Amino acid sequence: MFRKILIANRGEIACRVIDTARRMGVATVAVYSEADAGARHVALADEAVLIGGPAPRDSYLRGAAIIAAARATGAEAIHPGYGFLSENPEFVDAVEAAGLVFIGPSGDAIRAMGLKDAAKALMAQAGVPVVPGYHGANQDPEHLSGAAEAVGYPVLIKAVAGGGGKGMRRVDRPADFAAALASAQGEALTAFGNPAVLIEKYVEKPRHIEVQVFGDGTSAVHLFERDCSLQRRHQKVIEEAPAPGMTPEMRAAMGQAAVRAAEAIGYSGAGTIEFIVDASEGLREDRFWFMEMNTRLQVEHPVTEAITGVDLVEWQLRVAAGEPLPRRQDELTITGHAFEARLYAEDVPAGFLPATGTLAHLSFGAARIETGVRPGDTISPWYDPMIAKVVTHGPTRAVALAQLARALEQTEVAGTVTNLGFLGALARHPGFAAGDVDTGLIGREIDALTAACEPPAAARALAVIAAAGLAGGTGPGFSLWAPLMRAVPFEEPASLAVTGPGRVAVTVAGTTQDCVLRPDGWWVEGAKTGARFHVGTDEITVFMGAAYRFARPDPLARRSEGPASGLTLAPMPGLVKAVFVAPGQMVAEGDRLAVLEAMKMEHTMLAARAGTVAEVLVEPGAQVEAGAALIRLADETEEEAA
Amino acid sequence: MKLTSSVLPSSEGFRANRAAHLEMLETVRAAAMAAAAGGGPEATARHVARGKMAPRERVAGLLDPGSPFLEIGATAAHGMYDGAAPGAGVIAGIGRVMGLEVMVVANDATVKGGTYYPMTVKKHLRAQEIAEDCNLPCVYLVDSGGANLPNQDEVFPDRDHFGRIFYNQARMSAKGIPQIAVVMGSCTAGGAYVPAMSDVTIIVKEQGTIFLAGPPLVKAATGEVVTAEDLGGGDVHTRLSGVADYLAEDDAHALALARRAVGNLNRAKPATVQWQSPEPPAYDPEEILGAVPADLRTPYDIREVIARVVDGSRFDEFKARFGETIVTGFAHLEGCPVGIVANNGVLFSEAAQKAAHFIELCSQRGIPLIFLQNITGFMVGRKYENEGIARHGAKMVTAVATTSVPKITMLVGGSFGAGNYGMAGRAYSPRFLWSWPNSRISVMGGEQAAGVLATVRREGIERKGGTWSAEEEAEFKRPTIEMFERQSHPLYASARLWDDGIVDPRKTRQVLSLSLQASLCAPVEPTRFGLFRM
Repeated sequence: MFRKILIANRGEIACRVIDTARRMGVATVAVYSEADAGARHVALADEAVLIGGPAPRDSYLRGAAIIAAARATGAEAIHPGYGFLSENPEFVDAVEAAGLVFIGPSGDAIRAMGLKDAAKALMAQAGVPVVPGYHGANQDPEHLSGAAEAVGYPVLIKAVAGGGGKGMRRVDRPADFAAALASAQGEALTAFGNPAVLIEKYVEKPRHIEVQVFGDGTSAVHLFERDCSLQRRHQKVIEEAPAPGMTPEMRAAMGQAAVRAAEAIGYSGAGTIEFIVDASEGLREDRFWFMEMNTRLQVEHPVTEAITGVDLVEWQLRVAAGEPLPRRQDELTITGHAFEARLYAEDVPAGFLPATGTLAHLSFGAARIETGVRPGDTISPWYDPMIAKVVTHGPTRAVALAQLARALEQTEVAGTVTNLGFLGALARHPGFAAGDVDTGLIGREIDALTAACEPPAAARALAVIAAAGLAGGTGPGFSLWAPLMRAVPFEEPASLAVTGPGRVAVTVAGTTQDCVLRPDGWWVEGAKTGARFHVGTDEITVFMGAAYRFARPDPLARRSEGPASGLTLAPMPGLVKAVFVAPGQMVAEGDRLAVLEAMKMEHTMLAARAGTVAEVLVEPGAQVEAGAALIRLADETEEEAA
Repeated sequence: MKLTSSVLPSSEGFRANRAAHLEMLETVRAAAMAAAAGGGPEATARHVARGKMAPRERVAGLLDPGSPFLEIGATAAHGMYDGAAPGAGVIAGIGRVMGLEVMVVANDATVKGGTYYPMTVKKHLRAQEIAEDCNLPCVYLVDSGGANLPNQDEVFPDRDHFGRIFYNQARMSAKGIPQIAVVMGSCTAGGAYVPAMSDVTIIVKEQGTIFLAGPPLVKAATGEVVTAEDLGGGDVHTRLSGVADYLAEDDAHALALARRAVGNLNRAKPATVQWQSPEPPAYDPEEILGAVPADLRTPYDIREVIARVVDGSRFDEFKARFGETIVTGFAHLEGCPVGIVANNGVLFSEAAQKAAHFIELCSQRGIPLIFLQNITGFMVGRKYENEGIARHGAKMVTAVATTSVPKITMLVGGSFGAGNYGMAGRAYSPRFLWSWPNSRISVMGGEQAAGVLATVRREGIERKGGTWSAEEEAEFKRPTIEMFERQSHPLYASARLWDDGIVDPRKTRQVLSLSLQASLCAPVEPTRFGLFRM
């Protein structure tokens, strides 16, 4: 076994690899960018080496710097994690040339799978089913029509140079083919300058099912399948193992195909064979086709680990160190069911935009958590905004899914927006619970899944209490007779009256709710909430099944220092040295307007607000009195009229 | 030692007492709620329509959420001025701002534009007096048209009239007691000196105005036509005149600025007494209503009240076997050590001497005093006069008058005659004086007063040889009895600020505790007693 390895990655996967290495008695070296100096993976590793600036191309993609770090620290092998350099054959070659071990497949194996079309051809040769289609150079309509016939309807016509759905047509009947082809070719020519198309089998109700394989360079085993059909724009959201509705026959067929694929390229280490499955009539042995092979450890590998009891990183290290495959195929079995949800800092209502922020609060529910961040860490704009993977494992799919939903409810993140509510809604989705999944599910249900993030009335009331600083205790709320109703700085008009110790009447959004603080937390209108809080300076997060964020405006943060009138006045008598603006010119707040010389000092007059210069009332060289108007900005009504 | 109660909460008497107390409470509660409503819904709606916060909301918005508010004179001017001035048109009380106890005085512009009636002045001055005695920073939420002109003779000229407000501000400022004004409306004429005399002044933009003479008076005097905003608005005062220091966007912003100003005061409470960790009474304060007879004439053991007020119901009774009609002893109230002086019957010479002794003890030790007053007076008759009860009573009055420890008085029953003096009545400047709804205050009982007058009358008639029937006598006595009954009612007393407010007996513990906490914001000075007639 290696004495010391270097992990050429960051975030949760680096931490994940370090965990196993540490358990195996292997010392670890982390590499990090300037942005990651305080990151969790750096803290966990035994040693850490700075490899460059925050941008990945300046650090985590700098193979030479990483290899130099390995040599400098005496690491014997490099674990690439996923992403970054994990599927870069040149990097693999360079690692090996440096006399180090790459924990993963050979450069040649990566190359063989790197070119998608060549990989498909290779797989077809090895007897692995691939999506039927025609990818040839002959663009004669007669020939293409024949190819479509051979593939079997429905088919998809796709522009070779395509993307974004342009030059793509679904054709259900032979009679429609000619017209659709002409239209697709025309669109392809316009959009890409190349009319060439390819023909592929159109897969109805597609499911994304992948098989985990593990090779030692000659032979391989499979560790069963994962279903990754819950995707949003090709981004996996929740993965599970095994696949719902999988039959032993289908599993055997897919497993054997995957092993054949791995062995065909002499694969070594962990890899994944992705298949597209036509689930329109359930799972059938003749309806799965090879899509591509991922020649690395996958993000979603923990679900496979959960159901097989195998530590895949341990296997990676052992096989890379020269050991044989730790188990034979017949020693591998499935126990129970597992799910993984990917928790991201992203703004779901804004269209799942990646978000950043400092994790002012972070805690998780009962689940296996793979994370690269701790409370107080920052989600930076430089890298993938993943916060954590939440993995549950139960005896049945229903139990594992309930565990996932519960773990998501218990997860508390403050300081950034997250997709937690969306994940929770997905975990509670009836179709998903029924195992009725396909890659289009999220797209079809997106409105319902994101609507579920609206905070309940009780969460809003409790947020008002937190905004008043009373979440942890209310004070006596004593008054002689009439209770005092107090306005609370909140994102909408809100007020409360503390009517006794631990008792608050909150009025917000048109309703008044009776909230009581008991030893087990806040009760609202007689119902126990179990709510927890994170109270930031400008936001409140209420954790109540999901994280609900509310703005808490600073009552002092108001423009109060004088009306930002359009007039710039001379603060004292002086000489106008210079005027920098002319009528009609747009200025921003803080722009220089003029310079006044007085008492041997030059005073720069700045724009008090943004606007358009309406009049310049002085000329350079003019002597002015204190309070003289120098520049006038157009007022807002003038500007609207203009 | 923990007191043992002999009250039976399941008894008929307990239930009857409770019902009677609840009825008396309801009368006061209704009056207090009416006062809290200020000028009523219409005036409040007009006020709010101008972008202003309702006066009580302003007070609430200034205070720390959930913190206690000890209101002063909640039912001031009740039944006076034909009901034109609920709460005397001003809200006053002690609250916490950024953790610091402050005196808040807020004009209620929904009541006659916040103008000062005689009781308004008295309430404002009383709030300032408390602030000065207790070393409490003052925050004035100003929104007032100044003196109420129809009442100018009772508002303007005398020592304790309008001008005294500014005198107090200057004197307090000189003592290092911060004065902060938030101008949220008019501040006209003399009223202009509230912000001008303050250490820090905040004014609300296009809402607050400060001027010695408003636009109508300016026009009358000089013919100059000017808008209120140009004459003395927030922009003018923060940019040109310097009368105000901070310009606020609106009420909420102004209150936030005031909170920040208080947060920057750099004040700490002086070390005064040895606090213990607080502990609730062993007996439920709720039971006070059933334990105390509804009829003042029914005697009861005042220890039943003490047991429902002090920490752990523990009471170290001093001189329990001597002068038994007054109960004295040490206890803790929300952790604060206190000396309690409580009536348990008419005052005899021994009781007066014992009380004087106990007050001396507390003064030596710097322990605040609490007076639970339920007194018909000193014992009368030849035996008592001859033994010098006036001399012994004088000792007690001297001790009460000259002690420097904070005194807090609670009228839990009758307050009649010289007993009022010995038990730290209003004239003896207790830091706070509170009343229960069942309490009565007058120079003597109505029956006794009527009896005195009737005796004089009968002697006059009989001297002239006339006769006076029992019926005639009763008819003669009735108006006096009725007058005493009306004038001794706590709402009548509280309306005139003879006390600081009427309290629900069940809140006695909190009120006393808050009063103590406020009082102990000022250092406890050493006592120098007057001469005791021996």
